[in-house]
Amino acid sequence: MTESSVAGSSVPGPAAGRLATCPAAAGTGPAGRPTVAGQASAGPVRAWLRFFRSELRLVFGRRRNQALLAVVAVFPLVIGIGLRLAIQPGSAGGPDGVAFIGQLAGNGIFLGFIALTLLLVLVMPLAVAVAAGDSIAGEAGYGTLRYLLAVPAGRVRLLTVKYAVNVVFALAVTFGVTAVALATGAALFPIGPVTLLSGTTVPLAGGIIRLLFVALYVAAAMSSLGAIGMAISTLTEHAIGAIAALTVLVVGSEIADNVPQFAAIHPYLPTHWWNSFDALLRVPIDTGSLLRGLLSFGLYLLLSGAIAWTRFTTADVTS
Amino acid sequence: MTGAIRPPQAHGSAGLTGAAAAPAGQPALAVASSGLTKRFRGGQVAVDHIDLAVPRGSVYGFLGPNGSGKTTTIRMLLGLAFPTSGRAELLGVPMPAGAIRALPRVGSLVEGPGFYPFLSGQDNLARCDAADRTADPRTAAARIGEALDRVGLLAAAGKRYRHYSLGMKQRLAIAASLLRPRELIVLDEPTNGLDPQGTREVRGLIRRIAASGITVFVSSHLLSEVEQVCSHVGVMRSGRLVFQGPLTELRRTRATRIRVETAEPERAAEVLRRLRLPGPQIAGNEVSAQLAGQQPEQICAELVAAAVGIRGLGVVTPSLEELFMALTGEGFDIDD
Repeated sequence: MTESSVAGSSVPGPAAGRLATCPAAAGTGPAGRPTVAGQASAGPVRAWLRFFRSELRLVFGRRRNQALLAVVAVFPLVIGIGLRLAIQPGSAGGPDGVAFIGQLAGNGIFLGFIALTLLLVLVMPLAVAVAAGDSIAGEAGYGTLRYLLAVPAGRVRLLTVKYAVNVVFALAVTFGVTAVALATGAALFPIGPVTLLSGTTVPLAGGIIRLLFVALYVAAAMSSLGAIGMAISTLTEHAIGAIAALTVLVVGSEIADNVPQFAAIHPYLPTHWWNSFDALLRVPIDTGSLLRGLLSFGLYLLLSGAIAWTRFTTADVTS
Repeated sequence: MTGAIRPPQAHGSAGLTGAAAAPAGQPALAVASSGLTKRFRGGQVAVDHIDLAVPRGSVYGFLGPNGSGKTTTIRMLLGLAFPTSGRAELLGVPMPAGAIRALPRVGSLVEGPGFYPFLSGQDNLARCDAADRTADPRTAAARIGEALDRVGLLAAAGKRYRHYSLGMKQRLAIAASLLRPRELIVLDEPTNGLDPQGTREVRGLIRRIAASGITVFVSSHLLSEVEQVCSHVGVMRSGRLVFQGPLTELRRTRATRIRVETAEPERAAEVLRRLRLPGPQIAGNEVSAQLAGQQPEQICAELVAAAVGIRGLGVVTPSLEELFMALTGEGFDIDD
């Protein structure tokens, strides 16, 4: 693409007369029709995917986020080593207070469930909060938001791209933890047919498939949290504020979920259904709690999306 | 100078930009607004009913002291902020409703450069281009290279933005505005914080952009930084547009005066009054009056004929800076 269509036109000179009624001034503009070279023939979907890939590179290419993912992935390794030192393979005993701990001694695959359970309390939500809280507020902070909108990226389009990458980040966090936990568990503990919480034993492959579905469920929970984070992110120019607000929300919700007096609101808390994935470790699978969990995630996604959309399409960008 | 010079309202049925008067169906105005107003939540009026008229092909200097509403106006023009009332058009397209149609043809630099510090200049431009739904990805690399070349940043293309100097950052922002062929470039304080060399570089860039036929809308709080490149100016004062028109017209608004240095100011003033020169003034040993089209040689002869001892005689035209200060009310007022 060249700029030949604008080059070679006359240099604007001082126009005579008043501005608005001055045809001479208009004549000093580009002689020809303004060039539209650079207009892609590709459709909006391909253009969206291009923006999405750029956003993926931005988020996953950033050293801070890479370090964050690496730190989160180290946790299952540390947990595995710690538990290996605390309990002997095949023995019945072990430290109490951790779900699936009794099963781990007999089967390393349970390290996956243990890691997800433990890291869901704070570590994974925090990682998701960093990415989600950064999504709009971070752009505002760098001063890049106004330039993206002036491109124009489109406000709603920008939100969809940002959220799509938040979902990918949630998947990366969840599956990163699951993969490292599975590998560590296999290395440090015996591995074989899986005895589920309901006492049924399924083949190893079946156990791993269940673990994958657990990871998907947790990723859905984290994606829903990411949506809340993005909604908060549209309200501020300070990414750290959005990250902190989301973290406080998670911790507050978890505390409320553990206070029996608040039982009436428990099902509505954003974190309440996160651990319902243990339904997948029973035969038959209690689909009721899983579906209610997914419904909760979906509602929080819709609510957050509505807040983000309302705020972002009506607010002045002053950063 | 309180009498604001406003252009006649150009908009009729053809819209703000007066498309009917323009050749080839193009609107005559690259930027137009009517009654554009921004009132902040606190009640403060940042922009107060301004009627911008920026002819296509002009280099329009949007001037005013800091806080006079320039950036808020630019934010409204670009669809970043929503006007409280009034209308705005870019290239004949109403804003902010038509942002998706108008903005691909508009390059902009708003309130300083804004880039990711952890990306190189080149990667930052690639990011801008990827966000543009109408940009062709196949030509992206070539266009990015060309834009960097135009601002002289090709050598620093791979350097991280955080290591750029202020001038380089500013130039990268201009490069971003040149990623595609544009019809209008909006530059908000492009020389802010630059040293004289950097300011000159930016001025040169503006000249080259304008020479390729692109309309340039450039804001500054320093008239001197843009007066050499502008064909038109708009002057803001406390949210109001107090002057708009060709620079030549602004110059005309200040009358040329004749100044006589003499030991007999009273007698000299008497001669000037007799010649019906408007606005005679005496300040110490100096007498001045508007020239009003008369020949200074003739006046000199008259003074000599009246036996007024002349120590010095000169014709003075107030500098644009003085005009600007008078308009924006900054600094001391010059005689009027």
